[in-house]
Amino acid sequence: MAKKITIEPVTRVEGHGKVTIHLDDQNNVTNTRLHIVEFRGFERFILGRPYWEAPVLVQRLCGICPVSHHLAAAKALDVIVGAGVGDSLTPVGEKMRRLMHYGQIFQSHSLHFFHLVSPDLLFGIDADPAIRNIIGVALKHKDLAVQGVMMRKFGQEVIRATAGKKIHGTGAIPGGINKHLELEDKELLLNGPDPVNADKMVEWAQGAVDFFKDYYKKNKDMIDNFAFFPSNHLSIVRKDGALDLYNGVLRAVDAEGNKILDDVDCQEYNKYIEEEVRSWSYMKFPYIKKLGKEKGWYRVGPLARLNTCDFIPTPLAQKEFEEYKAINKGKPDNCCLHYHYARLIEILHTGEMMKELLNDPDLMKGDLTVKGTKVKKGVGVLEAPRGTLFHQYEINDDDQITLANLIVSTTNNNEPMNQSVNIVAKTWMNGKPEITEPMMNAVEVAIRAYDPCLSCATHALGKMPLEISLYDVNNELVDKKRT
Amino acid sequence: MDNTEKIKFVIDDKVCYAEPGQTILEAAKSNGVYIPSLCYIEGVKPPGSCRICNVRVNNRNLIACTTPVAEGMIIDNDIPELNELRKAIVEMLFVSGNHFCPGCEKSGNCELQALAYRFQMMVPRFPYEFPEKGVNATSKYIFHDRNRCIMCKRCIGKVMKDEKHVFAYNSRGGEHLHVVMDEELASQLTEEEATEAMDICPVGAILKKERGYYSPIGHRKYDKESIGSDIEKK
Ligand code: SF4
Repeated sequence: MAKKITIEPVTRVEGHGKVTIHLDDQNNVTNTRLHIVEFRGFERFILGRPYWEAPVLVQRLCGICPVSHHLAAAKALDVIVGAGVGDSLTPVGEKMRRLMHYGQIFQSHSLHFFHLVSPDLLFGIDADPAIRNIIGVALKHKDLAVQGVMMRKFGQEVIRATAGKKIHGTGAIPGGINKHLELEDKELLLNGPDPVNADKMVEWAQGAVDFFKDYYKKNKDMIDNFAFFPSNHLSIVRKDGALDLYNGVLRAVDAEGNKILDDVDCQEYNKYIEEEVRSWSYMKFPYIKKLGKEKGWYRVGPLARLNTCDFIPTPLAQKEFEEYKAINKGKPDNCCLHYHYARLIEILHTGEMMKELLNDPDLMKGDLTVKGTKVKKGVGVLEAPRGTLFHQYEINDDDQITLANLIVSTTNNNEPMNQSVNIVAKTWMNGKPEITEPMMNAVEVAIRAYDPCLSCATHALGKMPLEISLYDVNNELVDKKRT
Repeated sequence: MDNTEKIKFVIDDKVCYAEPGQTILEAAKSNGVYIPSLCYIEGVKPPGSCRICNVRVNNRNLIACTTPVAEGMIIDNDIPELNELRKAIVEMLFVSGNHFCPGCEKSGNCELQALAYRFQMMVPRFPYEFPEKGVNATSKYIFHDRNRCIMCKRCIGKVMKDEKHVFAYNSRGGEHLHVVMDEELASQLTEEEATEAMDICPVGAILKKERGYYSPIGHRKYDKESIGSDIEKK
């Protein structure tokens, strides 16, 4: 008799999700589905609003990475107001936005690694959730917990200095930015009292990479094999192939490293990427058109970015990148838990970038905006902490938004997250129609590798509240457990 | 004119002097006493429509922007009872329009929001109306969002093109009363005139097109000091 298991997070902030696992008569996994209720409402209620409101309005769809939405919308509107794409802004416009963006990624990655992931690593995936949380880390590994808090704080201070507020600011406007970096903020961030200054942040970021490498050495088998599966990878890269989180061209590689897309102009993303609607999920499934629905899905985020780029344009992160790439002899990395490794290298990179920008005199002078001939459409693409983020807008003659299409990072990772859950469920089901603790933990760890919004929402204290319900073929509830 | 020729009155226990013909609101202002208001704007006959400036004179509630000050008046202004009433009016204005500060570019420069902060409005006490009065985006430089209009009439009295009113009431009385923009006149406004119109509106109903969020947070009108503090400092 076929059965269905449902794992449902019950606490939610940025949408919510649940996992259903379908079993056949022999209790083998036949199918798994991760359902996430996404934020699609924004695409509707922004219609009719004046276009310049988009960066401020749309960022409200997320409390975790609003800066990414703020900047992606602003980039799309740069095109609309005729300011052009990418490097065409004034130096201060481009660099203040980059600083804001790096601050966002630094704080988001730090939160994810130190608060959400480190409990799993320090206490083990199977540890009691009562200990396996940030409070547990704070009690046993105080230094690490403090670093996590302070690194997040630093990133937030950078956002405040560039956007006016730590969350939901107004810095980026169509065609540029609304302020210069103030001397007071520059001083605070560069030379502020220990530990909140750029040098310390780079030092701690390096320390976090070293911490992970050490852990990896001791747990290589588990890290390499947990939820492993080959996939395509997509991100933007700088024209010359460098890692660039703010601006660039689209590139996609397959599991072997062959280029599927290269040097694709982001304005034309919808010629190359399509979204599939599946009846059981609110979240669409993007795929690369030329490979089709079955084969065209891809991963995004830190792992994908380090698979698509050729090098990292900051010295410390580049050194780590080379060591990391050597593990797979330069081939793409398809290990699910290597997301954490890649994320830490990115923390180091963004730390270095912030330091470089804070020392750049361009941030304190010059024209804030540029303007040109208005057009009716614009696309803004950047690498948000969780992966590639697409914003597309169209306006009418009266400056009102008539179309908004957003493909958020978590949506890009929809199929990969489903694949991961599938693999984990198959590995951990014990042949009986019952929900086991190890399986629940493993599902949690697999989903968390992608750092989707729902993990942040439900895991702040190390406990992702999951509810698993077991249904028989007639949809009758036969078992139910909560973490 | 020395004080002996002026009108002597007392407001919140402070002895004040006024020029003949001044309203309570104007006289209070020139004596460094802030009486909160929304519809009042210099240069236009006060409509007395928002009722926020109501004060207590000899145990009677009077509207400060329309009542002339008189010799010997004893006026209560900054007292809990009146401030509670004012707060209630602000709360009602909030729920009767689509005042979603987080996405509104007037945030930080908005008088309604500033009063809400001054009166420490925390949660909506009254049910939201979610009006659907529509927007008018046809003018080159002005975006008129009627769902945010608090019907203060400032724009009606103050935004002119060639001595003609750009804004007017669409009808009198009834549920559907709202302020409308003359599309033809509005299209003739220059960029500067459109910016002035935006500044005249106490809320985010009149927006100057294409220059949203230009004032960074921290540099907006009410970011550092609460509404009325410029008067109180004098
Ligand atoms: S549009 Fe603004 S100024 Fe005009 S009546 Fe409405 S709130 Fe007052």
